[in-house]
Amino acid sequence: MTAPTAAGVLPTYVLRLADDLLINAQRLSEFITRGPELEEELAIVNTALDNLGVAQQLYEYVSEIEGGARTADEIAFLRSEREFTNCLLVEQPHADFADVMGRQFFLDAWHCELWPALESSGDATLAAVAAKAAKEARYHFRHSAGWVIRLGDGTPESAARMQRAVNTLWKFTGELTTADELDQRAAAQGSGVDPSDLRAPWQERVGEMLDEARLTVPDDPYQATGGRSGRHTEHLGHLLAEMQFMQRAYPGMEW
Amino acid sequence: MSARLEAVRAIVAEVCDPELPSLTIQDLGVLRDVRFEGDTVVVSITPTYSGCPALGVIAEDIAAALRSHSFESRVETVLSPAWTTDWMSEAARAKLMDAGVGAPGSRACPNCGSDQTRSLSEYGSTACQALHVCDSCSETFPYFKTHR
Repeated sequence: MTAPTAAGVLPTYVLRLADDLLINAQRLSEFITRGPELEEELAIVNTALDNLGVAQQLYEYVSEIEGGARTADEIAFLRSEREFTNCLLVEQPHADFADVMGRQFFLDAWHCELWPALESSGDATLAAVAAKAAKEARYHFRHSAGWVIRLGDGTPESAARMQRAVNTLWKFTGELTTADELDQRAAAQGSGVDPSDLRAPWQERVGEMLDEARLTVPDDPYQATGGRSGRHTEHLGHLLAEMQFMQRAYPGMEW
Repeated sequence: MSARLEAVRAIVAEVCDPELPSLTIQDLGVLRDVRFEGDTVVVSITPTYSGCPALGVIAEDIAAALRSHSFESRVETVLSPAWTTDWMSEAARAKLMDAGVGAPGSRACPNCGSDQTRSLSEYGSTACQALHVCDSCSETFPYFKTHR
């Protein structure tokens, strides 16, 4: 991916925020009809809906900044894998409920730091979207952290599964708080935030909950990156194939 | 406020939430502004939750209500300041309880009035509702999530 021009910094930056939410919403939606109980299914789907709502607002904003060259739907459904700049964490598949809650917990903890920081963005639209998303993120975090604690501090079986999920996902969490050139330029413009500034509070927030859950914070130094520049794990392609099928098969289709 | 503006404002304020039909968008605090631009009525609404699927229906209902009074309209979505349950009126809270929905920030059971209620699930049938249960009358009831 080539570096965007000064005018292209804002839409490219907004796009990565939106991609995290859309891909996460799609992953969560895979749990529809597969939740352990009805209430939990509703919780997961509601979280997905909140994420999708924020993603839609951000894609519409990108479309507006670009002068309407492509619609929000086209941005979501007609880009290929290498054009998505979501973090690797959200595209990771889940084998069990601990994976779902672990992934959501790490992401919610990130959004609990990111959105409040973006509320003071110099860009009025981004600040308004962030103010709303911040409230929703806190609600989501209470739910996902609650499950991490319940499973981690639960039976030997649930604790082992939760720890395994935390260990497996850990290598995808460093990317959340790693700044690349685009983050730095967006932060310098006053529209974005430098994610590395949020690393310490994110670690503290996550560490506190993992302690309460009697889980061990992994010390694996290896951290995978690449999502922000469009280099994804193999899982994203499969996810997009399902998510984009209708629009690819029936171009321009609307509800 | 001119009589013409007052009249259209009254029409718009009567539009109901499709998920909670006993509440108007004015009660919920979803309606932010009504004004004229020339002869076009411009209505500003705000979502309760970012992904609220009712917002599109509300916008269509506003346009339809105004069209039936021969007004052209445009509906805009505003995000700032962000909606919270504090935007709901006292009338809205009473109407919620009448409809069997627990009011945000209140422990009272909408069925028997007892405050011996607890959360069953933090999420419910719509983006803005959770599920609570009353230990006095044993009824479960939707609870409007407190959102601040």
